[in-house]
Amino acid sequence: MANGILVVVTPSRGALSPSSYELLGAGKVLADALKQPLLAAVIGGNAAALAGDIAARGASKVLVVEHPSLKDFTEESYARAAAAAAAKADASRVILPSTIAGRALAARLAVLLKAGLATDVTEILADGKVRRGYYGGNLIAEVEFKSPVAVLTVAAMTFPRAEPAGAAAPVEAVSFDPGASVSEFVSFQGEESREIDLGAAEKVVAGGAGLGSADGFKPLFDLAHALGAAVGASRRAVDSGWIPYKHQVGLTGRTVRPKLYVAVGISGQIQHLAGMAASGTIVAINSDKDCPLMQMASIAVVGEYSELLPLITAEIKARKGHAVPA
Amino acid sequence: MALNIIVCVKSTPSTVNVGVDADGKPKIAGVPVALNPFDEFAVEAAVRLKESVPGSTATALTVGPDAAAEILREAIARGADAGVHVTGAEFEGGDSYATSLALSAALKKLHAEKPVSIVIFGKNTSDAGAGVVGTQTAAWLDWASVSAVKKLEAVDETSATVLRQMEDGVDTVKLKLPACVSTIKEINEPRLPSLKGKMASKKAVFPRWTAAELGLQPAQAGAAGAGAVVVKAALPPARPAGLKVEGATAAEKAAKLVDILVERKLI
Repeated sequence: MANGILVVVTPSRGALSPSSYELLGAGKVLADALKQPLLAAVIGGNAAALAGDIAARGASKVLVVEHPSLKDFTEESYARAAAAAAAKADASRVILPSTIAGRALAARLAVLLKAGLATDVTEILADGKVRRGYYGGNLIAEVEFKSPVAVLTVAAMTFPRAEPAGAAAPVEAVSFDPGASVSEFVSFQGEESREIDLGAAEKVVAGGAGLGSADGFKPLFDLAHALGAAVGASRRAVDSGWIPYKHQVGLTGRTVRPKLYVAVGISGQIQHLAGMAASGTIVAINSDKDCPLMQMASIAVVGEYSELLPLITAEIKARKGHAVPA
Repeated sequence: MALNIIVCVKSTPSTVNVGVDADGKPKIAGVPVALNPFDEFAVEAAVRLKESVPGSTATALTVGPDAAAEILREAIARGADAGVHVTGAEFEGGDSYATSLALSAALKKLHAEKPVSIVIFGKNTSDAGAGVVGTQTAAWLDWASVSAVKKLEAVDETSATVLRQMEDGVDTVKLKLPACVSTIKEINEPRLPSLKGKMASKKAVFPRWTAAELGLQPAQAGAAGAGAVVVKAALPPARPAGLKVEGATAAEKAAKLVDILVERKLI
């Protein structure tokens, strides 16, 4: 009988992201619920070098699967590496992030482990069942696993980040045979950007049709920078060509759950709400006080964005100036 | 070097704005079904690829009840050449694990009839929305897979070079064929069904394959073969009533908003 909760950490471009610590936070919740030990695995081309950071954060053991073929993400090699770690850990549950790589890895791994799969998990219940949104976030599903082993990906910004505490766990290398490769990583073209990634952002400022043009996003970017927020957009803003698709929040874009979501000039079509309704505090800024987003917002401000945004940005900058005197 | 292209499609409720019935299940009875919105992009990608390589064919494949045949017709109206309908009561209640196994069994059968070049999927379905079936299908077949594909850069008989949209940029990945690729909306702008396509779709007849014909045991299909089951659906918790920021001027409103955000420790 498998007995262990395994968190699988997959560094991106050779580095850990803070969301890796959320996986350990989720793992702790599940380990407590099922009364099983918590283990972690780090997979990558330089996994051993990153294991120390993970080992300090509450797992009883850290497995390392390191191989040159794991330097960049391919679905088949990573799934085989994760399966090797899961076998070594005798894991009953494997936890991955709901990133593009994490989701694909979870999908492939679930088949290798003959395991049920739940993605985008937002809640782990005391009996080991999990909850996730479906129907575009309009419904919440309670999911039960029928298989002895299960794989889950957890939504970003949902579980607490595990802090370093106590003695470091032992680190153990897992042998890995990469086998014949059916897919080959060729190259990576990074996006020139000092913007924060939407999926892992604590704050998001998003613009919609009400901005009227690409120029309308200028004061919105200023506000986002002042807040330290990522920039999102509604489908209409993206389809109008005002901002690239990678900023799109909603049913056909990204799903976010930041602590603060500021929606500017977004009326709140159901497709958009699907991507952000689980956010902590929702601020809506709109000239139409009756639109759906203004109705559901935690804080609603009626007015013209072109007037309000620069004032809000200036106000935030002024307060920050007071907080940190020069 | 003609390609045998398969595109996997699903019939999903035409709206996701559904409630919950007395049994704690999504209230979808009577809601019309439609081609899953993301599958429009997958069909378009398959048709464009077919058009770019003379002699190629694009076949739509679905697992679903009788009504799902309409989704295959929609794919043909949008330019696909043929459709295959995996169907039977035994497939009801399947999760991504069971559904991907059924798709892989159908692909195995198709591959034996005529070697499959590439299998194209949409990003995710509008109902379950996990976005994992393409990769799971590849895993059952031990074929290559890649998700979040924004461009099929080059496809020949033995390999495909694709662009994958990651959170921080774009990866180029080369796959041995056959392979399963899951696309994103950025891959194309789907055309509307053509008149010629609509005519063809009306006449189309689809082979219907049951679990037994695919060599699947009853315990492997549908709810019986699922690894994860939804035991209860619920509405999301209601949000607390909102606060309206009042003020005589925009400056006053801006200051009040920032006050509230500071007070709630959001700044």
